[in-house]
Amino acid sequence: MTPLLDVRNLELGLRHGAQAHRILKGVSFQIMPGETYGLVGESGSGKSVTSLAIIGLLKKPLQILGGEIFFEGRNLLALPRRKMRSLRGSRIAMVFQEPMSALNPLQTVGRQIAEMYVQHQGKSWAQAQKMAVEALASVRVPTPERRVHDYPHQMSGGLRQRVMIAMALACDPALLIADEPTTALDVTVQAEVLKLIRELCAARGTAVLFISHDLGVIATMCQRVGVMYAGCLVEENATRELFVDPRHEYTRGLLGALPKLGSRGLHGRQRLVDIDSFIADRSRLTDTRFIAPRTPVSGEAGS
Amino acid sequence: MKLGFNLILGGVLTGLVILAGLLAPWLAHFDPVLDADLMNAELPPDATYWFGTDAQGRDVYSRMLYGAQISLTVGIVSQIINTLIGVALGMSAAYWGGWWDDIVNGLTNVMLAIPSLIFALAVMAVLGPGLVSLLIALGLTNWSWTCRIARSSTLSLKSLGYVQAAQTLGYSDTRIMFTQILPNIMGPVLVMATLGMGSAVLSEAALSFLGLGIQPPFPSWGSMLTDARQMIQIAPWTAIFPGMAIFLAVLGFNLLGDGLRDMLDPHMRTRKL
Amino acid sequence: MLRFTIRRILQIIPTIVVVALLIFVIFSVVPGSFASSLFSDGKTAADPQLMARLNEQLGLDKPVHQRFLTYVGDLAQLDLGTSFRTRRPVLELINERIWASLQLAVAAMIFAVVVAVPLGFLAALRPGSILDTVTMVGAVSGLSMPQFWLGLLLMYVFALQLNWLPSFGYGDGSLRNLILPAITLGVTPLALLARTTRAGVLDVLNGDFVRTAHAKGLSEAQVVRRHVARNALVLIITTVGLLFGSLIGQAVVIEKLFAWPGIGSLLVDSVAMRDIPVVQGTILVIVVWFLVINTAVDVIYALVDPRIKQE
Repeated sequence: MTPLLDVRNLELGLRHGAQAHRILKGVSFQIMPGETYGLVGESGSGKSVTSLAIIGLLKKPLQILGGEIFFEGRNLLALPRRKMRSLRGSRIAMVFQEPMSALNPLQTVGRQIAEMYVQHQGKSWAQAQKMAVEALASVRVPTPERRVHDYPHQMSGGLRQRVMIAMALACDPALLIADEPTTALDVTVQAEVLKLIRELCAARGTAVLFISHDLGVIATMCQRVGVMYAGCLVEENATRELFVDPRHEYTRGLLGALPKLGSRGLHGRQRLVDIDSFIADRSRLTDTRFIAPRTPVSGEAGS
Repeated sequence: MKLGFNLILGGVLTGLVILAGLLAPWLAHFDPVLDADLMNAELPPDATYWFGTDAQGRDVYSRMLYGAQISLTVGIVSQIINTLIGVALGMSAAYWGGWWDDIVNGLTNVMLAIPSLIFALAVMAVLGPGLVSLLIALGLTNWSWTCRIARSSTLSLKSLGYVQAAQTLGYSDTRIMFTQILPNIMGPVLVMATLGMGSAVLSEAALSFLGLGIQPPFPSWGSMLTDARQMIQIAPWTAIFPGMAIFLAVLGFNLLGDGLRDMLDPHMRTRKL
Repeated sequence: MLRFTIRRILQIIPTIVVVALLIFVIFSVVPGSFASSLFSDGKTAADPQLMARLNEQLGLDKPVHQRFLTYVGDLAQLDLGTSFRTRRPVLELINERIWASLQLAVAAMIFAVVVAVPLGFLAALRPGSILDTVTMVGAVSGLSMPQFWLGLLLMYVFALQLNWLPSFGYGDGSLRNLILPAITLGVTPLALLARTTRAGVLDVLNGDFVRTAHAKGLSEAQVVRRHVARNALVLIITTVGLLFGSLIGQAVVIEKLFAWPGIGSLLVDSVAMRDIPVVQGTILVIVVWFLVINTAVDVIYALVDPRIKQE
């Protein structure tokens, strides 16, 4: 089985003349069709720029310095801009962190969803508007036929993120990139939105690249996880394996810093532990070689 | 545009105007008022009269140097008055809030509703022409934006908590305003004052041009242009050079203000005008 | 929408009242009187008897509070008083002049918008380009230029030297007479508008929803047309409104320079003659103009931006 997405040795960063400042230092990972792959790491570790590089939305002065991104067998980095654009939204879609600012405040959500059908399926605006109602219904927005006429500011954060998801999944993409999709939401809403993403993508066979700093969320969503630290993918494993047996020092630190159920400190309150108390020497972290899973992933076993 | 291209050019231009004003008695070739000589009227620029002579045979170059004194005085003094009023009202309104805030806000809105040049014109009409009236007119009519900025900056400072901390320590209101708030809102206020100097110089020129500002024979750039208007066809240099002086001086203040803003807050660069 | 509009209109009334009061206060402390400016030639003292009679005729012999009541009473009936100089109703004088002023202001604003908005837009789409640099240098220069000086130079070149356009006056009201004053008056708003447009568009371009639009697979042109333009428009409309209101303030100088028969030159002439009712009336009309335009802007703003109506 060939991977849907194959990121090979991706390097990106800033270039000052001949000098290059690398932010991603050679990241490689693969996502199988229909698989949900998690990228976890602290802020600034390079998760978000990786996702922007895949969908081709890196902003200057950031640029690709090396590597390849194969998607459905084609190297995205070598694709002409026009080709890349037609993939965006139709084959690769993205849901962003902040659903308020990610939606155009001056357009109804219906029109913003309809734009996907007009753009990629050549529908008329009238047809597309009808399809937008169905799209809203599919993300379980109540009274979708009324809600299509709403502006983003008239909706709650959870509803807005549902709109974003409806928009992203409108054209049945093969890969959905979700960049911290629930971080900005209330905890109570988070679970519903996560469930929605999980169920919709499972039903349609959409692969997901799920980015989060929250190991708990990653654990509920992903089959495999890559741990990023300072622009490197330091460890990758099946989610269960990673949680049971972390091998990279940073991953151990990350897991150790998770609050544990039932462990109580003084005065019945749990002491939160700083990640650095688990890691002996941060400067040595990036020297450690990338740790691949001990047992190959099921799909790769035969190859 | 690296760090402060605006700032440097603005500083240089402003510096030149200040030097011209300060050194006018030494740099000038003739007396700006007394050395009128009808035999030498309307001479084009030459070695003696660098920028030519006007209708009364006075040296345009010398008059321009003295004109710098007037423009600078007007720009600086009127902005000091504006800044004092604006900061006092804006800061106290935000600090105390309540009815005082309502009054200041209402007043600011009224001031903003009257175009400042019209307001200055009305005040000049009451006070009569002259330098002192100009200073008062321009000083009293342009504080609304400073007030708004001082008010909003103070409000955002208040929400930060260290003002409350000072209050719980029992500091007096005035002490808090002067030691905790004022130093922190000086940046944007300074930017407004610098930009305001530019517009004050322009307003002075406009009012003098309308015959309400500096009266002849005293040399203000605006009044020089009024005279030049009558004889633009025969002696265009009498219009070109004083206008150029206004342009460069105001450009200097504007660039300085922009540069200061960029330096103090790089994020503001795209925000304000 | 209608309720919103009505509320906005009601909100400007107190401002107008305060301004009217302010104007009255300022001019009731005026030291030189109309009579003295009329009869004094600056060398000999004016005949006191003559002045007293004139003051009586004009109602200036009454105490201030009584004059104020009369003033307010008249204002309430939209009566701006009678000119000292021409003895004609102020409203009539203003009515004769305001159309020329409107004409000039509208022409100047059209000129500014047509040039500034596209320039600001293009500059923002290609920041750091030559066009951007030239536009921004041009804008700061335009802001720093004394308008009447620019007008004087334009007059010198295009009217006196090249003889292409009339140098001053309203003429028969043809476009040719309008061109030079309108361009002169339009330069400052042009510069400000170009800067605001650029800043506004840059701001919108940095918005997350523009990234979303790109992620949808839209082309650059589609993103700008469908998502950037309207959002930037909100800021542009506000600026245009503010500038349009303040235009009439600056127009005073330009009308004087080009001998344009608008309310600006009426104001300047009346100030010189100390014709206080006309001065008061003109300033009041200018303020009302300014407020009406701002209200109109608020309403248009609410039409463009669905977030406003909700409040």
